[in-house]
Amino acid sequence: MLYTQNVKGLFSRIFRLDQIVRRPWAGDVTGEVSVKSRLTTLAASATLLTTMPASAQGPRNWQLGLPQPASPTAAMIDNFHDGLLVVITVISVFVLGLLLYVSWRFREKRNPNPSATTHNTTVEILWTVVPILILIGIAIPSFRLLYFADRTPEADMTLKIIGNQWYWTYEYPDHGNFTFDANLVQDADLKPGQKRLMETDNPVVLPVGEKVRLLMTATDVLHAWALSPLGVRLDTVPGRINETWVRIDKPGTYYGFCSELCGAGHAYMPIMVKAVPPAEFDAWVESAKKEFARVDAPAKPAATDPAVKVAQDRSGN
Amino acid sequence: MATGHSADAHGRHDHAPTGFKRYLYSTNHKDIGTMYLVFAIIAGLIGGAFSVYMRMELMEPGVQYMTTEDGSPDGHMWNMFITAHGLIMVFFVVMPAAIGGFGNWIVPLMIGAPDMAFPRMNNISFWLLVPSFVLLLGSAVVGGGAGTGWTIYPPLSTDTGHPGPAVDMAIFALHLAGASSILGAINFITTIFNMRAPGMTLHKMPLFSWAILITAFLLLLSLPVLGGAITMLLTDRNFGTVFFKPDGGGDPLLFQHLFWFFGHPEVYIMILPGFGIISHIISTFSRKPVFGYLGMAYAMVAIGFIGFIVWAHHMYTVGMDVDTRAYFVAATMVIAVPTGVKIFSWIATMWGGSIRFDTPMLWAVGFIFLFTVGGVTGVVLANAGADLVLHDTYYVVAHFHYVLSLGAVFTIFAGIYYWIGKMCGRQYPEWAGKLHFWTTFIGVNITFFPQHFLGLAGMPRRYIDYADGFAGWNMVSSIGSYISFASTLFFIAVLIYTVKYGRRVEANYWGEGATTLEWTLSSPPPFHTFNELPQVK
Repeated sequence: MLYTQNVKGLFSRIFRLDQIVRRPWAGDVTGEVSVKSRLTTLAASATLLTTMPASAQGPRNWQLGLPQPASPTAAMIDNFHDGLLVVITVISVFVLGLLLYVSWRFREKRNPNPSATTHNTTVEILWTVVPILILIGIAIPSFRLLYFADRTPEADMTLKIIGNQWYWTYEYPDHGNFTFDANLVQDADLKPGQKRLMETDNPVVLPVGEKVRLLMTATDVLHAWALSPLGVRLDTVPGRINETWVRIDKPGTYYGFCSELCGAGHAYMPIMVKAVPPAEFDAWVESAKKEFARVDAPAKPAATDPAVKVAQDRSGN
Repeated sequence: MATGHSADAHGRHDHAPTGFKRYLYSTNHKDIGTMYLVFAIIAGLIGGAFSVYMRMELMEPGVQYMTTEDGSPDGHMWNMFITAHGLIMVFFVVMPAAIGGFGNWIVPLMIGAPDMAFPRMNNISFWLLVPSFVLLLGSAVVGGGAGTGWTIYPPLSTDTGHPGPAVDMAIFALHLAGASSILGAINFITTIFNMRAPGMTLHKMPLFSWAILITAFLLLLSLPVLGGAITMLLTDRNFGTVFFKPDGGGDPLLFQHLFWFFGHPEVYIMILPGFGIISHIISTFSRKPVFGYLGMAYAMVAIGFIGFIVWAHHMYTVGMDVDTRAYFVAATMVIAVPTGVKIFSWIATMWGGSIRFDTPMLWAVGFIFLFTVGGVTGVVLANAGADLVLHDTYYVVAHFHYVLSLGAVFTIFAGIYYWIGKMCGRQYPEWAGKLHFWTTFIGVNITFFPQHFLGLAGMPRRYIDYADGFAGWNMVSSIGSYISFASTLFFIAVLIYTVKYGRRVEANYWGEGATTLEWTLSSPPPFHTFNELPQVK
């Protein structure tokens, strides 16, 4: 019976991603125009700050903050977080300072006779109203960021992302509908310079400067397609299609990780995105059309890796 | 304030049952409270040992310990450990200690009641927890174990992701724990509403009793939703229903909504009793009444209420409509206001006081600061925009350990040091309590502060292995966890020493700052207390 069938592979067939009807109001409310000028400034300053040439990114040892932003959304997040970090640091230090002061000023030796004050209307109103004002101050840029990051009404191209246990499948519907799987490069197969647990055999190639609509789903369990440097993070849910967007500003290789617990191989399905200039992208598309299968061609069997085997053995599959 | 029960020799004539019957058949709120505390400490050691094993695994890149026979990484075993650690700490450590332990022991004493309203129901509340814990531990060794995370999201938790009986056992464990908590909640609500001493109106009731009352309402309203959700999951797994299965028209996200409708109030269930404990300790050691008593009580009511309307902030990345996310951002940030009222009221209670830094006060002041740190990172995470780079990273792990491990657990330690003399009539050695505080304070901060950096750099949570760029802070974090666990073992030794050999103490060993009714009783109190009700002016 249908219910108990393995759902693997079912959904990419039942729910054709390109048939999704966009909700009419989606994108209308993004407020993109109002933030456009601000955004250009942001992107410009981000570019100025970055003296690094186009190169592979990824976490650095002893890194303290967010990765170098490489998309307008990530730049906004970076900016928002920087501001927020100041606010929360000031609040924490203020509370710590108060605690240390009262501990010193009102210690038993110095203040043997306690007061009996239990009310002070002025300070009680102050410590209610001031936090409200701070929160409103946080909420305004927060909403702006939220609506900006949500979707784009005018995408230049679409990338479909399908989560599987434990690899990603990508489809390029606007470029001949070719598809390929991206599997982790196993430790034993790493070439010099390749990073452990970060590289995939087939990176996702995207053109720099173009707005890419991202459509996501999954075939088996939940996964999440997350790339901090690009400010993208969205769950892939079987039976649903989630949408967001990205515009990569700088050529380079960007790394992300599956970010929703998906079983034994959860740590072994990284995301690798290579952003290249549009001309280079077009050349890659031509070769990819030859190298990879079309979506409507028969599906390739799922690749297996040791982690998959472990889980299958354990679960008795 | 009150005329206490005289603690004379008739404590010997109280007909306390002896042997195993005293505990197995117990209907005495003090004995049941003690059992809850002992249970929580044992479960805490198990859950803590799990976390140390996980930190050992994460200390260096690569998989060193959790491997299969052929040496390849065993990701499923890792998932089993994170699941067991989360469920144990939430359901079998923090809740039993804070609500079952201190609630049972202290609430009847504080409100001047002879016992809980339903003593035999109290017994079954505790004894349901034991088989529940056994089922949960069993689920780890049966059918490969449940590697779903404590959130048990489908489809990973359905028969597709977990075909064996492990998840079913975990679900039954949660059913029993839930039933136990609901019965306990009914008991507390009835006791607090009906059995307060004559003259003690709700607005004169001590803040810890307020905290337990609000917690009990949260339990009563949220746990049935969890019960429903996991029962639907159970029938999806075994009887062909498709509540959460997309191939039959169900929806995996429905489970997340139901789970977090329980799950968010649950985090306040874990912290509210602690808020009450901290209020008493700050007041006692500042020798000053609590500042803004009514504001403190109603801040907890507000936190409890808002706790029910913010659940989807755990689900910003599931693909929810942007307007819905905007609502949950706004609602979530509102919680910072009553929480801020509490933090500042505690500091205002200290202001003008005559402060003594005995061990419970150290824990309480440490709690206020660390809870503030956990609170402000919560404000960051409340923003769905910032969540785009932080959701499901170690930033979240750091945040919730600051409010729970350094928050709720600190309040439990504070409560133990505050009331242990009352409970067993013997006092811990002061130097030992202080040493335990400082080693724990240093250990947990070394463990969890670097996790903020890991999260910002993008390290996902629930990973058995990580990219080499995350190695540095993971090493530091692991060292911190060893310090914390060593400190916990020292605490066990202190506890055993105190109960057996500690210095004997009088009724009110904290002095004039301690004003609630339990300090009018001898330490330990007689088996039955308040046979004649105290009068509260």
